[in-house]
Amino acid sequence: MNPATVPANPPVATPFFFYLLAAIMIIGGILVITRRNAVHSAMALITTLLAQAALYLMLYAPFVAGVQIILYAGGIMVLFLFVIMLISIERTQKERQFNKQWLVGIAAAAALGGLFIAVYTTRTGGRTLFPEGRLTYLEGENTQRVAALLFDRATGTYMFAFEIASLLLLVAIIGAVVMAKKRI
Amino acid sequence: MHGAIQYILSYLESNQTPGAAGNVFWATVYILLVFVGLSIAVIAMNWLERKILAHMQVRLGPMRVGPHGLLQPIADALKLLLKEDIIPAEADKIVFWVAPFIVVLAAFTVFVVVPFGPTHAITDMNIGVLFMLGVSSLSVLGIVTAGWASNSHYPLIGALRSSAQMVSYEVAMGLAVVSVILMTSLNETSTGTLSMIGIVQSQLAQREWFIFKFFPLGLIGFFIFAVAMVAETNRAPFDLPEAESELTAGFHTEYSGFRWSLFFLAEYSAMIAVSSIAVTLWLGGWLRPFPNALPGSTWELVFSLIPGFTFLFLAGMTFYSTARMPKHPLFRVQTIGLGGFGALLALVGLILFIPGVRVRVQDIFWFSAKVAGFMYLYIWYRGTFPRYRFDQLMKVGWKVLLPTGLALLILTALVAMRTELLADLRGAWRP
Repeated sequence: MNPATVPANPPVATPFFFYLLAAIMIIGGILVITRRNAVHSAMALITTLLAQAALYLMLYAPFVAGVQIILYAGGIMVLFLFVIMLISIERTQKERQFNKQWLVGIAAAAALGGLFIAVYTTRTGGRTLFPEGRLTYLEGENTQRVAALLFDRATGTYMFAFEIASLLLLVAIIGAVVMAKKRI
Repeated sequence: MHGAIQYILSYLESNQTPGAAGNVFWATVYILLVFVGLSIAVIAMNWLERKILAHMQVRLGPMRVGPHGLLQPIADALKLLLKEDIIPAEADKIVFWVAPFIVVLAAFTVFVVVPFGPTHAITDMNIGVLFMLGVSSLSVLGIVTAGWASNSHYPLIGALRSSAQMVSYEVAMGLAVVSVILMTSLNETSTGTLSMIGIVQSQLAQREWFIFKFFPLGLIGFFIFAVAMVAETNRAPFDLPEAESELTAGFHTEYSGFRWSLFFLAEYSAMIAVSSIAVTLWLGGWLRPFPNALPGSTWELVFSLIPGFTFLFLAGMTFYSTARMPKHPLFRVQTIGLGGFGALLALVGLILFIPGVRVRVQDIFWFSAKVAGFMYLYIWYRGTFPRYRFDQLMKVGWKVLLPTGLALLILTALVAMRTELLADLRGAWRP
């Protein structure tokens, strides 16, 4: 317990937390597709999204984690619940759940999983595709770094992609208005 | 043993928050202090709200339990804990059980980053404000699920209203906050900050609270936030989710006993949380008033004595009430109790005069005093304003606050960058 031996900031990104969060995410994901009650599914999805935000924190990206909580858990999922709440639960529980594409789904999931395992185990010249050491970024500057990548005159390279993505969302909003209103 | 003591003492010299110093012991102490302080504040708020509302309506309020009803919150808490806990037969048990905990967790977690002083915060985060807004917006999930799980009409309508209301006002709130973040970037490096401590420090560096910055832009931003935060916490005049005359008690109609008290606790701590965001962003956080008009070490000393004198003043008022208590023997216990309470307040006041304590605690005092001002405003609103209709509520949110917020953001950016913009324009005219 000597202050000299205690590191100033012990890393939070320990394997234990990674496996814990990954397990929460996988269990949450399974619950989302297996629950018959849509509200239970939505709550499992919220748990998954929050665990995902914690994973971003482990990657020393607090800004992305904060945006994940605000947009997904606090914004989109509230609207989901808003709609789901008005569905009659009794009727949905009587109806048979079916999925005609389960065979294709399993094949695609297995292929993706196999790809991940292949990438993770591939060694070229005795080295994996992943860096050996752990990269530690300055957690205290994450927001400023993201802003520089987007808006800085010298280093901002992602501005165009960012604006295109937001244009895509705008198209979706306009489409929703057009479909909802008979006369605009 | 010696190492452990050294580990504990080493923090006191570091001048950092426990989170930044990575000191687990002091972080735990701070978490406990914030939790206990918050619970006491909620209890005090309960008593004060009933007393102040009563006095506004020319009533006496609680007078029976303890002198001037001082022990009423404790009696209420005991009653709530002993009450039968009812879960409706048709309710969704798990969701009904989980919902109050979501609300309480969201309301208490945000206090991790609230800066009571430059070193008096549990931790400082790079995304401070974003964290507070994000986590406090999670409480709407608890309200929605509580209303749905009750499987009853009034709670469902209350939950629908609250989700629509909270999502709408979050937008205006966010725009007001962004205009402050812009103001923090007005320094040599022109890098802004989202950290709660960083925002107050940039107000200190710019020698101006952000409410007075670019007058009246800062004031307008503050006004938007002040309206939106009342709507966010579902308080009067925006308390439609629990409008008694229309929805019995709104989303928590079916809740009783301990579970209901969790909603109560969460509502009041959320009020304190949004007030502390407002204080940090616009009112200079822990900074003392009049730093420019009354500078110098003499005034520093005078202002650092104010916390002690405040408590002595409260003690004096308590002693005055003690002297005015009825002399009938039935009131003897109450008179002694009120005198004891006054003596406690006086003792706190005297402790606050000790130089070592005075220097470390005055930040906390100024922060709490500003937050307390907001708490009084909440009660005042409830005592004076009639409740909005739902369409009026939506109109205010989307057609007044949101356009004002957008215009404010653009204007703040233009005013903040005026020298660069003028230079660019001159360059464009003279090729």
